[in-house]
Amino acid sequence: MIKPENLVYSRTKVLTDNIMHYCPGCSHGTVHKLIAEVIDEMGIQDKTIGVSPVGCGVFAYNYIDIDWLEAAHGRAPALATAAKRLNPDKYVFTYQGDGDLASIGTAEIMHACNRGENIVVIFINNAIYGMTGGQMAPTTLIGQVTATTPHGRNVELNGYPLKITELIAQLPGTCYVTRQTVYNPLTVRKTKRAIRKAFENSMLKKGTSFVEVVGTCSSGWKLTPVAANQWMIDNMFPEYPLGDMKDK
Amino acid sequence: MAKIKGTIVVDIEQCKGCGVCVTSCPTKTIALGRDVNGKGYNYMQMVNPESCTGCTNCATVCPDTVITVYRVKVEE
Repeated sequence: MIKPENLVYSRTKVLTDNIMHYCPGCSHGTVHKLIAEVIDEMGIQDKTIGVSPVGCGVFAYNYIDIDWLEAAHGRAPALATAAKRLNPDKYVFTYQGDGDLASIGTAEIMHACNRGENIVVIFINNAIYGMTGGQMAPTTLIGQVTATTPHGRNVELNGYPLKITELIAQLPGTCYVTRQTVYNPLTVRKTKRAIRKAFENSMLKKGTSFVEVVGTCSSGWKLTPVAANQWMIDNMFPEYPLGDMKDK
Repeated sequence: MAKIKGTIVVDIEQCKGCGVCVTSCPTKTIALGRDVNGKGYNYMQMVNPESCTGCTNCATVCPDTVITVYRVKVEE
């Protein structure tokens, strides 16, 4: 049975052979794979420029075999703006986490989306600072226990979770704003379609495409990967409902 | 009636044993075994190879893309 003519799924060649440094079950790996598969299917491996963030996703350039830029913390949309304006025939995307995009990089993402730069923004929201040891992020849920909120996030002290995707959907510069996830086969396939649509939009000069992916951080949440998926379904989705917010 | 049969090949050394594939398998073909790989992870194995339909669900959700899927149509 194991013959080339029977092959139905294999690792895309756009992914390198490096073993990802992510923890077991991390959503980053799945999203990396989806981006690589979309690039492979669209045949744009030599026409794509990625901008990697600061955070767990910082080593994305080791795993997807395309051209990469590495931005200072939160500044990926600014760098992507320059890359796209200087190379309008290239597909430019940023890959950012919630600490990078929703905290230190809020100004950059807001203004890049408001200018309507023809870039793709992939935003991984796992409600925690994963790389630095599980501290509270702007997106951390009310009552969620993190390293810096040991008794749970308190509204009086720490404020409310920041729904950055809802804010961005209001900006006229954006053309496609959606929130997806990657915990089961159905949602993985939906996210792949969303990423493909975002990449296609970036060549149609319609504005910025913004794809949020609600993900897990099993190490930061102190859960097993499967339990983290269930925790995400029970706690994250009521606060961050899935679906398209804008599609024009 | 034609029957669909599938099989998977797992890159054992790259599997981190997260178990996300196990919960997405509709036929309970796969499970985390007792054996460990070079990094100490209980890697994923086929425990009921006969029931695999080659649906690609496990490979689709695998964060480390370690699963390759093959499928054939068997005439009975």
